[in-house]
Amino acid sequence: MANESRMTLSEVEKVEEIFQDKVDQDIRIEPRDWMPDAYRKTLVRQISQHAHSEIVGMLPEANWITRAPSLKRKATLIAKVQDEAGHGLYLYSAAETLGTSRDEMIAQLHNGKAKYSSIFNYPTLTWADMGAIGWLVDGAAIMNQVPLCRASYGPYARAMVRICKEESFHQRQGFEILLVLSRGSEAQRRMCQDAIDRWWWPSVMMFGPSDDASPNSEQSMRWKIKRFSNDELRQKFIDVSAEQVKLLGMRLPDTDLRWNEGRQHYDFGAIDWEEFRNVINGNGPCNKERLAARVQAHADGAWVREAAMAHAQKMAEAGS
Amino acid sequence: MKDQNTESRSSWPLWEIFIRSKQGLDHKHVGSLHAVDAAMAIENARDVYTRRMEGISIWVVESKYVHASNPDEAASFYDPANDKIYRHPTFYQLPDELTHM
Repeated sequence: MANESRMTLSEVEKVEEIFQDKVDQDIRIEPRDWMPDAYRKTLVRQISQHAHSEIVGMLPEANWITRAPSLKRKATLIAKVQDEAGHGLYLYSAAETLGTSRDEMIAQLHNGKAKYSSIFNYPTLTWADMGAIGWLVDGAAIMNQVPLCRASYGPYARAMVRICKEESFHQRQGFEILLVLSRGSEAQRRMCQDAIDRWWWPSVMMFGPSDDASPNSEQSMRWKIKRFSNDELRQKFIDVSAEQVKLLGMRLPDTDLRWNEGRQHYDFGAIDWEEFRNVINGNGPCNKERLAARVQAHADGAWVREAAMAHAQKMAEAGS
Repeated sequence: MKDQNTESRSSWPLWEIFIRSKQGLDHKHVGSLHAVDAAMAIENARDVYTRRMEGISIWVVESKYVHASNPDEAASFYDPANDKIYRHPTFYQLPDELTHM
């Protein structure tokens, strides 16, 4: 397969033009097609970080499995967490088609080189957090993921289609948890509002910095591995959530939130980007805990991986 | 503690997974996963790709056994089919009165 370092400048320009042309026409790029090294690198980073986010995202929710208030709640929460594992696997699988390996990606997560979504560095303090996460965090994720179903890279787009199908149960499950709490006792209603108060701004920050502060945005949009700007997606999320919260009889913790008839959108308050930067750089409330849990899980599972390998070899020898 | 990077995880082969979602349909490629052998690959495929009954049959093939045509040579590779329009039914002009054909 042709690679940039072995081609002349005009050859590179020609294949780049063909590549960009395909992207412009929404023709999918598949694993063995030529692609610019930068496209490959950025995709590996984007897809693997998305995968890491799914896997780390299992941790705050798994926290409440043993304390779910009923068997039904426990079963649905387990199913959701299983789905997150599956989503991570679809994405690792897609990333591996680009030439990276599972070992490499896991190592980068464990040594802190790779990032994952900042939202998972917050603690889940009450059962209501399960509802807030399903409604807001999965809601924000869906907003980001639906456009990616038409991303230019085939395996990524197909993984996103699969993920989106499964994600909608997550959001409905979350909202339903809050709905039941909102119709319950005084203590339950307070717990519901408290969870919303703590998860709203971090969810809004999930969409990333404003586009003028986001250096990779433009190139990613040209390559169609990002279809809408951070601000557009964030605005849509806020507009939708501001309506949905009314059905809960709760409020979003933003005193500046108000419908703007002229813009036909909700105006909203200032985001604390200092907090976002802190959290994404490792100083959030749970960063160390999350990473330690991942590293420990990997270490604890070593004997299983080794035993499986030994068993397979034994069976192979016995058979031959 | 033993250096986990050199242990067996990196020698678990990669498998491509194909699922038939219901009777009458073909197996479709859905993705890949790592497993030590075919039995584990099938079980893992069930857990990863059929949580919602999306499959009644699973095929697993080690990725190294999948051979593929070269996309760079697509133009010349598929060229023989390019100008044989007589393979298409629309090439043949027949009277409108002719039915069942």
